Amino acid sequence: ILHLYTCTDQIQYIEWSSDSQFILCAMYKRGLVQVWSLEQPDWHCRIDEGSAGLVASCWSPDGRHILNTTEFHLRITVWSLCTKSVSYIKYPKACQQGVAFTKDGRYMAVAERRDCKDFISIFVCRNWQLLRHFDTETQDLFGIEWAPNGCVLAAWDTCLEYKVLLYSLDGRLLSSYRAYEWPLGIKSIAWSPSSQFLAIGSFDEKVRILNHVTWKKITELEHPAVITNKKTIVYKEVEKSPTLGTERLSFPPTRALASSLFSTQSKYDICQVPVSLNYIKPVADKANPKVGVGMLAFSADNCFLATKNDNIPNAVWIWDMRKLKLAVVLEQLYSIQCFQWDPCQPRLAVCTGSSRVYLWSPAGCVVVKVPGEGDFQIVSLSWHSSGDSMLLLSKDHFCVCYLEREEVK
Amino acid sequence: MGDWRTVTVPLLSSDSKNIFPYTSERKSPASMSSEVLRLSLPSAKSMHSFFSAFCTEENIEQSISYIDRELTTMGFPSIYVESKGKELDLVSMVNCMNELLVLQHKNLRAQEEIEIQHLKLGSDMDHLQNCYTKLKEQLELSKREIVGLQERDRQLQSKNRNLHQLLKNEKDEVQKLQNVISSRATQYNHDMKRKEREYNKLKERLHQLVMNKKDKKLAMEVLNYVGRADGKRGAWRTDKTEARNEEEMYKVLLSDYEQRQKQLLLENTELKKVLQQMKKDIISLLPPQKQKPKERSEDGPVLSDQEEDIGELNKENMWELSCETVREQLTNSIRKQWRMLKNHVEKLDNQVSRGHSGALNEKDVISREDHELETGKLELEIQQCKEMIRTQQQLLQQQLTCDDDTTLLLQDCYLLEERERLQEEWRLFREQKRNFEKERKSFTEAAIRLGLERKAFEEDRGAWLKHQFLSMTADCKSENSTTPSAFLRSADTDLRLVRSASQQKRPPSVLSTTASPEPCQISQYITQNSVASEKPAADYLPNLWVGSDGKEETEECTKTWEDSGLDTLCRNLHMEQLP
Repeated sequence: ILHLYTCTDQIQYIEWSSDSQFILCAMYKRGLVQVWSLEQPDWHCRIDEGSAGLVASCWSPDGRHILNTTEFHLRITVWSLCTKSVSYIKYPKACQQGVAFTKDGRYMAVAERRDCKDFISIFVCRNWQLLRHFDTETQDLFGIEWAPNGCVLAAWDTCLEYKVLLYSLDGRLLSSYRAYEWPLGIKSIAWSPSSQFLAIGSFDEKVRILNHVTWKKITELEHPAVITNKKTIVYKEVEKSPTLGTERLSFPPTRALASSLFSTQSKYDICQVPVSLNYIKPVADKANPKVGVGMLAFSADNCFLATKNDNIPNAVWIWDMRKLKLAVVLEQLYSIQCFQWDPCQPRLAVCTGSSRVYLWSPAGCVVVKVPGEGDFQIVSLSWHSSGDSMLLLSKDHFCVCYLEREEVK
Repeated sequence: MGDWRTVTVPLLSSDSKNIFPYTSERKSPASMSSEVLRLSLPSAKSMHSFFSAFCTEENIEQSISYIDRELTTMGFPSIYVESKGKELDLVSMVNCMNELLVLQHKNLRAQEEIEIQHLKLGSDMDHLQNCYTKLKEQLELSKREIVGLQERDRQLQSKNRNLHQLLKNEKDEVQKLQNVISSRATQYNHDMKRKEREYNKLKERLHQLVMNKKDKKLAMEVLNYVGRADGKRGAWRTDKTEARNEEEMYKVLLSDYEQRQKQLLLENTELKKVLQQMKKDIISLLPPQKQKPKERSEDGPVLSDQEEDIGELNKENMWELSCETVREQLTNSIRKQWRMLKNHVEKLDNQVSRGHSGALNEKDVISREDHELETGKLELEIQQCKEMIRTQQQLLQQQLTCDDDTTLLLQDCYLLEERERLQEEWRLFREQKRNFEKERKSFTEAAIRLGLERKAFEEDRGAWLKHQFLSMTADCKSENSTTPSAFLRSADTDLRLVRSASQQKRPPSVLSTTASPEPCQISQYITQNSVASEKPAADYLPNLWVGSDGKEETEECTKTWEDSGLDTLCRNLHMEQLP
């Protein structure tokens, strides 16, 4: 442990600055943001929003400005750690992804809503000047996301309307895409790292992929409950009963013995196609039903796309982007909580709330158990940027998992 | 014919039954004909009686006159002579009888014919009646079928109508639901907008309140302002900066577009290369056109075009151009050649099929013969290859699957070989170890010698110093006498230390803390060499452990001793006090 800082209240949100020099701690209940410095532990900074309240807080890409969203999304205040200037952005939109920064940190897009109409403003992060301001043809803008090349902005509508609008950096509408009209629409969106593809996951359990040249759909990826394609590999997690040598039993049982008795081992089995997966029909009269493709992620080398269909919550579908076909399905015992691709290689880490982390790569897949007594229920995970280690988080613990590199002889 | 009926012949005889029913009744022609039939076949007896029934001896003249009357009415000449009365003309009577016989014959024949016809007609009628009944039945059946089919058709039609109706209903419902949805959507939108406006008003109000309530304390409290990440100062907002922002944005966009265009250009050139390659391949696949005159006449103009195309488009520089016309030319030429190739393949297919069915054309026969020759050759080759494979397999089998003894022997041979190799290695290893030991021994001997020499030297030195001392200070006798023992003791300890160091490889730190500087130096040397000995390379050791080197080292050590002579003496003196 390098430093220990104490904040005045319970922290709801914490974020590193982009140059890893500062840590931002936001306390929404008190409306306070405290910033700590790593270089100088004595340095302190405290931003009090007062009666304006605080709903969200984040760093700007240059690591020197803090954007606070006040309560009821009244405004976004841009506090500067370098100068005394404060900027305000009025009428921000209260939606899931209202603020988006480009990957190189130059531009920021903010979704706004004035007079019951949606607008997008593009700001230059260097001096917070407004570059472009244009309206969008959406009913109720749900989210915006920059393409990794920083030149195209995707904006999509609420799930009541299936609509994706693509804007160029200078505010021109490049294209708009709508797959169907009445049923529930878009659930999740992801850009491919090369900005070639835009994957749209919708409530009809399909993923549609648009290409960056014509912005038209090149394929639809379906998630049926029965897999019949012979070229798909299906890995199924199977529990194996713990083997115990009887001569080693002792009373009182040692700790290691006890933990191995109560914890179950599991491994992967390859199932023969056709395989039918565990399909759950959602309750019809609830809002935000657990239907459709809720999680989408491209691998770092742009070769694979991992998706999760909320109707089949125990399975991860891995698609090969070069052939646009289903390559692998991982079927787990419990419902998938989170998955993330390795930032360097095509390696996927999956966690399901059990004490095991699952890794898949084109060479095969493996189950890794977190060692320790009791249950370590992994709720989320996060890769290190070098791809050598990852963080596993449970409710009140975390553990670091190192991946050894095999020496190539 | 009615005359027959009205005439009642008053004759009663046993056979009159035949006549009465015949004469007293009015019959239909059919029954008449049947009676006539009956009449025509009387038995001889009845005939006889019949004849006697008409004319008896009492009424001869009456009957003759009756007959005469009948004959005259029938048109025959009278049987009386000159119609005088009672004289019969025999000739006319015979003529009349003959005429009557002829008539009778004729009538009989006619009757026969009529009877035959009657029979025919009867059978025809029966046949027709049967047909009629059959046809009537068929008609009935088909009528019933028609009725059934009509019934079914009606049912299906009604079902169809029902389904149409249902479909229409469903469509209407769908339409209605869609309308309902859209109307509800608009209603919801409207309501949402209204609520949103209210909400905006609330927000504005809240905003005003928040802004009005100026917090006394600073909203931001910072110990000291931090420098910017890129080290530059912030800029004021001016037109120039705005213009610069725009410029940068456009630069970013342009670079992205340029990159994409480069990629597309690369792709284009690749594809064009592939197309050119394909074109060349197609041209090479197509047979040379000169040998087939008839085909040439067909493809004459096409050929010339093709040659032209080849000439034009095979020029390297034409690739680079990406204008519309060049692209079109390329694709058109490839399409043309592809078509030609297709035709060629089709022709070959036809030739093959013709060859299968039997060809008349001499060329085909020749090609077939060639084909057969080729196939024969290939078959021979295959045979040879198979035989070779078989022989090789046999040889392999022999090699691998000998009887058990030989396999065991072979295995043993391999094992022996390995064992011998290992033994060789062991021997080498042992030799090296021995060398190592030898050298170590030599070194220890050298060290011991060194120690001894040192001891001797020390003794000499001690003696010399003693002399000096004695010469210098004649008073301190007792102290001096202890020194040589001290030295000896120290030398002994040195020796012991050296021996222990050489025999057990003790860590250098232990040695250095207990030993005096000379053993320190030696221990350093020892540790150097022990470290060297720990290294696995066998060839490394001999270089260090050569005896001559050891001697050199000991000479060096003695040199250092000589340099630090007095120092060592003082330390030795300190050593006296330690034990």
